Amino acid sequence: MGASASQISKELLSEYQELTFLTKQEILLAHRRFSELLSKNQDSLTTRVPQEKVLTLPELKSNPFRQRICHVFSTSEEKDDSLSFEDFLDLLSAFSDSATPEIKSHYAFRIFDFDDDGTLDRTDLEHLVNCLTGDTSETRLTPEEMTQLIHNILEESDIDKDGTVNLSEFQHVISRSPDFVSSFKIVL
Amino acid sequence: MSHDRKPRTTDNNGKHDRNEAGKTARSLEGHRTRRAGRQMDRLTEMAWSVNFHLNLPEAEEGQQALVFYPHDENIVHDSFNELIEEQSHKQDGSQVFEMEDMAGRGRENPAFLASPQHSHSNRENFSPFTLRVLSEMPSRTIGTCRGAIISQYYNSTMKLRHRRAALHLGPVRSARPSISGYRVETDVEAAGEEENRKHLFDNLQNLSVSDKGRMLKTMPLSLLEKKNLRHACNSKGFPHSRNQIPCCSQLKYYLIIGFRHSWYSLLSFLFSLQLWHVALKKVSGRFGTSVLSYFVFLKTLLLFNVFLLLVNVFFLAAPQAAHPPSNQTHRAPFQGLELLTGAGYFTDTVMYYGYYTNSTVNGCGPALNGSGCAMGQNSLDTNPRMLYNFPLAYFFTIGVSFFITCIILVYSISKSFGQSYRIDNPHGDLAMKMFCSWDFKVIKKSSVKLQCENICTQMKELLSELARASRQQTLLQRLARMTVHLLAWVMSLGSTVACAMGVYHFSTYMHKDLTTRVSRNETLIHMEASLLALPVVVSTVNLLMPGLFNAVAWMEQYHAPSTQAYVAICRNLLLKMSVLGVLCYHWLGTTISGHVTLSKWVMQNGSTGGLECWETFVGQELYRFLLMDFIFTVLDTILGEFVWRLFSQKVLKRKRKPVFDIARNVLDLIYGQTLAWLGVLFSPLLPAVQIIKLVIVFYIKRTSLMMNCQAPSKPWRASQMTTIFITLLCFPSFLGAAVAVTYTIWTIKPSEGCGPFRTLNTMFESLKIWVRQLEEMNSNFSWFTWIHKYLVENPFFLFAAAGVLLIVIYFHTQVVGGQRKIISLLQEQIDNEGEDKKFLITRLQDIYEKERPVSVRFKQTERRDDSRK
Repeated sequence: MGASASQISKELLSEYQELTFLTKQEILLAHRRFSELLSKNQDSLTTRVPQEKVLTLPELKSNPFRQRICHVFSTSEEKDDSLSFEDFLDLLSAFSDSATPEIKSHYAFRIFDFDDDGTLDRTDLEHLVNCLTGDTSETRLTPEEMTQLIHNILEESDIDKDGTVNLSEFQHVISRSPDFVSSFKIVL
Repeated sequence: MSHDRKPRTTDNNGKHDRNEAGKTARSLEGHRTRRAGRQMDRLTEMAWSVNFHLNLPEAEEGQQALVFYPHDENIVHDSFNELIEEQSHKQDGSQVFEMEDMAGRGRENPAFLASPQHSHSNRENFSPFTLRVLSEMPSRTIGTCRGAIISQYYNSTMKLRHRRAALHLGPVRSARPSISGYRVETDVEAAGEEENRKHLFDNLQNLSVSDKGRMLKTMPLSLLEKKNLRHACNSKGFPHSRNQIPCCSQLKYYLIIGFRHSWYSLLSFLFSLQLWHVALKKVSGRFGTSVLSYFVFLKTLLLFNVFLLLVNVFFLAAPQAAHPPSNQTHRAPFQGLELLTGAGYFTDTVMYYGYYTNSTVNGCGPALNGSGCAMGQNSLDTNPRMLYNFPLAYFFTIGVSFFITCIILVYSISKSFGQSYRIDNPHGDLAMKMFCSWDFKVIKKSSVKLQCENICTQMKELLSELARASRQQTLLQRLARMTVHLLAWVMSLGSTVACAMGVYHFSTYMHKDLTTRVSRNETLIHMEASLLALPVVVSTVNLLMPGLFNAVAWMEQYHAPSTQAYVAICRNLLLKMSVLGVLCYHWLGTTISGHVTLSKWVMQNGSTGGLECWETFVGQELYRFLLMDFIFTVLDTILGEFVWRLFSQKVLKRKRKPVFDIARNVLDLIYGQTLAWLGVLFSPLLPAVQIIKLVIVFYIKRTSLMMNCQAPSKPWRASQMTTIFITLLCFPSFLGAAVAVTYTIWTIKPSEGCGPFRTLNTMFESLKIWVRQLEEMNSNFSWFTWIHKYLVENPFFLFAAAGVLLIVIYFHTQVVGGQRKIISLLQEQIDNEGEDKKFLITRLQDIYEKERPVSVRFKQTERRDDSRK
């Protein structure tokens, strides 16, 4: 463990600290947790961890948005949603205590934007509702309820009436909820 | 727009879009580098993948109908007829254009339907060119595209610089940055991302270090990008040393990490210790927020009582217990019945007012609390006679604890009002619930499941409320309904008045009975047992009357569960408050006058267990009421929920379990709390009884809930419920109790033979005497006497304060009104802009259509003809 931690140079550490909302301790803890996902002789700073491995982290394991979170924060060229250490730090930074509401809502928007087209449309909202209510048949909404729900959500949040919720409209909704900042958090 | 057509189309919408998801995913790769990749074909492909919805919802539905029923031409045409009809109803001039456009597209659609690519057809109504423009609209790209983010932040750094230069005040980021970035966005088209990035570098370099850091931190870019940006900015700066972390600082980090880790685990441990956290979570997961609000309320009451008890024990009971009165009479032996009556053995204890002395003791006794000691010592410097004065301590303790409770109550009311009633929130908070309700901290599988259940229940609550709001009634129905409501109100009010009268007569009868019993010299235990009759009667009324109200409400048949709850709360509250009012009148009027004669008689014949002291007697009465209320609550839970469930399941063979009655249960709690607050003056340790009661009630109710009840069949929203409960707790309950206590302190003459105020005319006099003493002893306190003289005794001050408060409230309502107006204006403006956008897009499409090569149009016409055959 000590060997892996020494891989972060002091300069890199302070750079990470400067660019993320994490403290040094949090970065080091993140590094330790990240190194645990790798096998012994892999370089923790350059190796990418595949999505399946990242999702074994207990913090993400049961989260219904786990795949989306990986996808949003992955910068992989191969589009395999794998995370590098820096991506991992990005993730933790967005979900950290001190991240601004803007950052949090930005990433929340991208997590909820299931088809990555820059707006939340009906399909995205339906996806979102299904994620929130879980997969069991008793908690699922009926199709009528779903239609009604999505209709009402669009009516409430789609300010410019273009049938979709864009980022600024989303942030407008978020700004009304004081609890969002505290609930959009992942603690390692 | 029409509701009835919706389900049909959207059902298919899901299926259709799932097919689409695969395609979208494949073309995803282009999204991040949308602007970097310049090849035309790729762009076009991406543009297809953008899930564009036509701005007119009607048109969208129409198209979807087309897509999903390609085999059925009739439906296609029907839906378009509807559309056109709907459109023709609109008065707006610009709509005509759109209608034409749509009709045109409608004509074109069969051609597309004939083509093999059904899944694409709803997008093909727009040309690739239009779609490309649409996909690059700033409001869409800002969410995902790196180039857009960079340009947005380029823009904001520009602003920051300008602000620096001109000292112009304004927000660094506008509320809708996408609009402000629009101009730059067009630049991107021409010059590309690199250009923009260069601008951003330049701007960042010109910022101060702290601004740069903040800017980089708050950019939603990947760390790699940020690193590059930072390196580019710092390239002209100092060369960095590539040192490893020194050994000792590494050790330090490890220590810190270890410490933090243990701190976090401690925090999570403390979190798990949080009172009834798990129990509450389970309740909310199974029964929704409405039932949860009952338990949260119970918890709040518990905290209030803990506060009261701590203050009273600390400043009254402990000092008095350390200095027991010298002339102590022999204490009656413990018999067991005392637990019910609160009299006998308990009479001459710190439990009741009568035990407290009017003495002044040395504040630095070993058993005394710190503050009392300090008080004594401080005053010893100036005046050796100034010690722990019991009458004063009694007065201040009760007064201050009431005052603090009042402040906490008002604060929590205002807070929960602020949370549940926002000015800019006219249509509920469904979207907010959706987007903000997921708690990402929850990692346990079972709790994730609970959270899912909870969210699902809440969604259903909100939906049921919405569905109800859309229903309408005829005039006759409404009239019938009104009559039924009127009848129900007459019945419930009449029974309430009857109950109050009955309780009054019974209480006077009981008091007369007591006097005769005393004069007949009956044994103490008989007398005390007879005193239990009144609480039993009142509790029976409290138990049975809500049943009657429920029957009346059943007759009324409210549709909305929340309205039903509010009406039930209103009726029960009226009943309880009128009964309590009658009882207060009885205690503070009849009992006292009766006690004057009684105590005279008692004086002649020796002690009869607290009867010589009316305050103690009232305290005992309140104890009995509190205890009876508790016993009846338990009985009600067992009989009303457990036995009823067994009966209905085993005998009536019903599958339904009873539903937890939130309104009634909350009112029971409020009633109990009112009793406790009323009794604090007469029995300082009454909050302890209330605490024990609340804890037991919590466990009994929770067990009964889990065992016997089912989740409310008509789920209702509880967002404002907590606000209502806390308001009720403050307004009739706390305020009523405070008025009764203040009245007692201000005007009623305390008993002559007992208690801390035994020599005074009113309890308030103790303060006056103290102020006078203070004035005599030390001229430094003259300001205090001045305050007392002009602010406390003079009513003018109170009037002035109330007037100022009213003016402040008035101004606030005016400000809120103004803000509402502005909000509605802005809303209108946004709507207009949305309309403009629609107009422009259709116009764009129109222009493209005209410029389309003739050959394509010809082909399409051919295809159309084929399909018509």
